[in-house]
Amino acid sequence: MWSMGGEGGRDFESSVLPHLDAAYNLARWLMRDPTDADDILQEAVLRALTYYSSFRGDNARGWLLQIVRNTAYASMKLGRTLRTVPLATGDDATAAMPEPSDPGDDPERALLKARAHESVDRLLATLPAELREAIVLRELEELSYKEIAQITQAPIGTVMSRLWRARQLLAEAAQREAVP
Amino acid sequence: MIRSHDPGECEMTLLVQADFDGELDAAQAAALAAHRAECSICRAASESLERVRHALLEQAPYHRTPAALRARLAAQAGRPRAASAWAANWRRAAASFVAGGAIAAAVMLAIVPRGAPGLADQVFAGHLRALEPGHLEDVVSTDQHTVKPWFDGKLDFAPPVKNLAAEGFPLLGGRLDYLAGRRVAAMVYGRAKHVIDLYAWPEPGANAAPTVLERDGYTLIRWRQNGMALWAVSDVERSGLEDFVRRWHTAP
Repeated sequence: MWSMGGEGGRDFESSVLPHLDAAYNLARWLMRDPTDADDILQEAVLRALTYYSSFRGDNARGWLLQIVRNTAYASMKLGRTLRTVPLATGDDATAAMPEPSDPGDDPERALLKARAHESVDRLLATLPAELREAIVLRELEELSYKEIAQITQAPIGTVMSRLWRARQLLAEAAQREAVP
Repeated sequence: MIRSHDPGECEMTLLVQADFDGELDAAQAAALAAHRAECSICRAASESLERVRHALLEQAPYHRTPAALRARLAAQAGRPRAASAWAANWRRAAASFVAGGAIAAAVMLAIVPRGAPGLADQVFAGHLRALEPGHLEDVVSTDQHTVKPWFDGKLDFAPPVKNLAAEGFPLLGGRLDYLAGRRVAAMVYGRAKHVIDLYAWPEPGANAAPTVLERDGYTLIRWRQNGMALWAVSDVERSGLEDFVRRWHTAP
């Protein structure tokens, strides 16, 4: 499965450790907290070490990122570090309600409206995890759809629609900042 | 407004995004550029994508591993710990996957680039041509002992003819075809209402694991076995063709 690139047959230090920054960046964006990201990365590297001997592919980066993602999701599922993001405060409270004139409204858009004054990076941190990881892997890590699909264990079509939704949710903030 | 970038308003906007992400080949990108010249929704989508990327590059930090953590992890890499239950589960899953067939494990998905004429195109074309009425088999027989001698004298090699009727892939017949600049054997197998063409011709080299190509609802799996290039093509679902290849591979 992990058969891209050309790193086959190398040892752990030279094939996996060079991708530590990519792994940390993903962990950090998924967990949204430096201490939690440290824990996730440490656990993920231990897991990677444990079964590196049965890793047969040559895309060590994709393989490591998938482990980081699975570790982060397992941790979030345990509720250890799950955080709730306030949806609306003060004047924004009514903005979270869907407008009757817009049948396409959904919780994501409600969230967007509630966060209408957030900067792009703060907004990114509040996106649902599956949208956040897609956009982080694409825009910050510059991975292909195929690699993102493998890491997130989703079909390429799903990756495309997640990226589209994520970008839509960030678009208004980006426009506001482009035209102050 | 966000609403103006709703993908529902133009069916091409996901392609605009794919183009923006460098996922289209030159021909697709050119076709899209022609559409975009006509479509204000897609032009707006392009601009929006550009703004989001710009904003993320400006504002969203790329978090690099803190030095202390990096040092700790590098030290850890030197002394592996005992296998955890989690890793053991993973190994079991991997083992069952391998038990499911070395073939399946070795199958890789390749997306054939459009507009790149090659042997795969010839094989797809040959398969489609053969599906026209009266073109499927030159010799109609469900008996490999009839099909195999039929090829004698028509080919300069003896194609490996196997009958997989017991496995659900009855042999329907054989056909001569012309591929890769030479005469090749085409063996025709049935699978419910579907037809599987298996092309064979001599090709020196070690045995090679199967590779999968998919196009327009057709699947092609090619591999090399006992000095023979083997290409199976069909419109059966991919798992069905993989099953065929696995059984053919191991049949006597």
